[in-house]
Amino acid sequence: MSENLIKPENLVYKKTDVLTDRIMHYCPGCGHGTAHRMLAEVIDELGIQNETIGVAPVGCSVLAYYYFNVDMQEAAHGRAPAVATGIKRVFPEKYVFTYQGDGDLAAIGTAETIHACNRGENILIVFVNNGIYGMTGGQMAPTTLEGMKSSTSPFGRDVKTMGAPLKITELIAQLPGTYFVTRQAVHKPANVRKAKRALKKAMEYQKLNKGTCFVEIVSNCPSNWKMTPAQSNKWMEENMFPYYPLGDIKVPEEK
Amino acid sequence: MTEEIIIAGFGGQGVLSMGQILCYSGVMQEKEVSWMPSYGPEMRGGTANCTAIISDEQISSPVLTKYDTAIVLNQPSMDKFEDAVKPGGLLIYERNGMTRKPRRTDINIASIGAYDASVKMNNTKVFNMIVIGGFLKIRPILEMENVIRGLEKVLPERYHHLIPLNEEAIRKGMEIIDFEHKLN
Amino acid sequence: MKELRLMKGNEALAEAAIRAGADAYFGYPITPQSEVIEYLMANRPEDRTGMVVLQAESEIAAINMIYGAAGCGKKAITSSSSPGISLKQEGLSYIAGAELPCVVVNVVRGGPGLGTIQPSQSDYFQSVKGGGHGDYKLIVLAPNSVQEIVDFTKLAFELAFKYRNPVMIQSDGIIGQMMEKVELYEQMQRTENDYDWATTGRKEGKSATFVTSLQLQAEEQEKVNLKLQAKYREIEKNEVLFEQHLCDDAEYLLTAFGSCARITRKAMEMAREKGIKVGLLRPQTLYPFPVEAFNKIAPQLKGILCVEMNAGQMVEDVKLAVNGKTKVEHFGRFGGMIPSPDEILNALEQKIIGG
Repeated sequence: MSENLIKPENLVYKKTDVLTDRIMHYCPGCGHGTAHRMLAEVIDELGIQNETIGVAPVGCSVLAYYYFNVDMQEAAHGRAPAVATGIKRVFPEKYVFTYQGDGDLAAIGTAETIHACNRGENILIVFVNNGIYGMTGGQMAPTTLEGMKSSTSPFGRDVKTMGAPLKITELIAQLPGTYFVTRQAVHKPANVRKAKRALKKAMEYQKLNKGTCFVEIVSNCPSNWKMTPAQSNKWMEENMFPYYPLGDIKVPEEK
Repeated sequence: MTEEIIIAGFGGQGVLSMGQILCYSGVMQEKEVSWMPSYGPEMRGGTANCTAIISDEQISSPVLTKYDTAIVLNQPSMDKFEDAVKPGGLLIYERNGMTRKPRRTDINIASIGAYDASVKMNNTKVFNMIVIGGFLKIRPILEMENVIRGLEKVLPERYHHLIPLNEEAIRKGMEIIDFEHKLN
Repeated sequence: MKELRLMKGNEALAEAAIRAGADAYFGYPITPQSEVIEYLMANRPEDRTGMVVLQAESEIAAINMIYGAAGCGKKAITSSSSPGISLKQEGLSYIAGAELPCVVVNVVRGGPGLGTIQPSQSDYFQSVKGGGHGDYKLIVLAPNSVQEIVDFTKLAFELAFKYRNPVMIQSDGIIGQMMEKVELYEQMQRTENDYDWATTGRKEGKSATFVTSLQLQAEEQEKVNLKLQAKYREIEKNEVLFEQHLCDDAEYLLTAFGSCARITRKAMEMAREKGIKVGLLRPQTLYPFPVEAFNKIAPQLKGILCVEMNAGQMVEDVKLAVNGKTKVEHFGRFGGMIPSPDEILNALEQKIIGG
């Protein structure tokens, strides 16, 4: 359709074929859509669409296999790194990624996350951290900030009884099995470009067989934070970024 | 022919491998065989036992409560398995370390000083092979050549140079076993 | 020339998996089945066939690695023992729901809880009735010898791929730990097929493949269930396996599965020596259950004794199968205890003949 309306020479942006035409179910203003697009563009630019196998989690991105036009498997809650291990071990030459949220990766799937990274599985783990359980309706996540309200911490997270928010990415970076660990955001164009560069590096590194690459994307959840998208981005900058500072945490040593 | 054997003793006496050697020798002689270990807490020290069955026919149960032969290498094993020998069956025991003699009168009883003999051979590791020799003397169910072929299968290749020593131990056991009570 | 070896059930299973052309084994150690992964690690199947062997961080991770490899269309196998199999139930439900082929071995030990490490058959319900959530079935094979564990490993892969369904081999501490003579088959090929349902990388010009057990709409999920049920009816029609011994003139029937059937056979031999006309029916598939075989023999019988190393599980399926046509009683030892042939004969005389 768009081809009819816009002359090819005037086309400034075209959706990558690595995303399907299916309408995404994500809430308006949510970072998942942008994160999906960046990952899909990376796969497109590297020309590895037919050599990539992804793993979708349980959480908001449970239906990611509808949106990525690459072969994908839907994993049980928290088990994506184990499923990805199974895939990568039988197909060591393929590009394998998981796309997981904070509850999936840092609560129920902590063991699978840590051990896949500790074995240095040559996979890319994309970790979208919005500090809340989105799909199930705004319950407390392992990454929910201190004092932050959720449906299971209605008076705010009390670290005395609920523990402190888990910086799993810093934890992961300690493991010898990880090769590249970084924390990014996708709420502003500059951040989007940086995040995409990080995802591209992380995906390319798979060819080197040097270990697990781990890209955290700090994101927002307007619906469950009960804010407008703009408010949520501001809140994220003011509250999430101080606790989860952006930037590379572990970078490959230059030779 | 069916020979249902229980072998019992302390862990480290070579109880489990005795059963395996008998069974592998049985395979070499084209017999049906079955070997079932006691496993569990026993294998972490303490007593160990295994059931070895060698038969011309298909073996039904690999686990038994009554045996044709019990080979007991310590007192707790004798206490446990003396009564499990079928009437008319055979009990073989190692003399070293026993505090009492068997009480049964309806079974054949033989004893062997395999430990002392192994010390004299300067190799206590062949203790269990001496016992096997004693057993095969009384129940000649397996040919020596098949026992040697069985040993070749059970032992890793790097130990194959020890096979002549094991054969010597088997022959020693055949020499030194004595009946204490013989039916008929 | 056929290759005869004396092998432990657990080791024979591991060797059989390599020779059946398995692509991957993922597992976690637990008594009494740790010899499986120990054997695989020592025998370097990676060098022999390219088969992948990995010790996972848990049984949960292991079954999900199986899901990943099976989703790629590969022959994947895992093994564990009862408490570990409980942990795998989530994964098994997902694998059944996503219709993936795989082989899972349960070397059953006594429960509940941490229980004991001694042999048991108390996971019959869990295996046969669906231990995880949802309406699904595993094909369940019950070997009674080391040879059968080898033969069933090959069969399990065949059935798993024929029906795209998880297959469980129900072993136990006796079968796993005992040594018997075994004839091994020649090395078979690893998977070369590129199945259209598997994630092997998108084909140019085609839409991508995905493996999932999720349907957001109930109507769609019902369709999935109806398809699964139709598959299970096919399995029930085609894949029943059982063995009968001395059943032609039998007035009484003993029935048992796995290692317990070996002990029960000894009891049958003892009963025959006493002149009791008793036969033995041994289901080799626990699901699909040999319903017709029981149905057919029931009218000639004065009673059936179902012998199990549990408190009475398969006996329910025997009762359903004979549907009141003859008396059915259960005799069991449990918690890791093994019944003796004498006890079984005694139970037959007390509960069935004299009862």
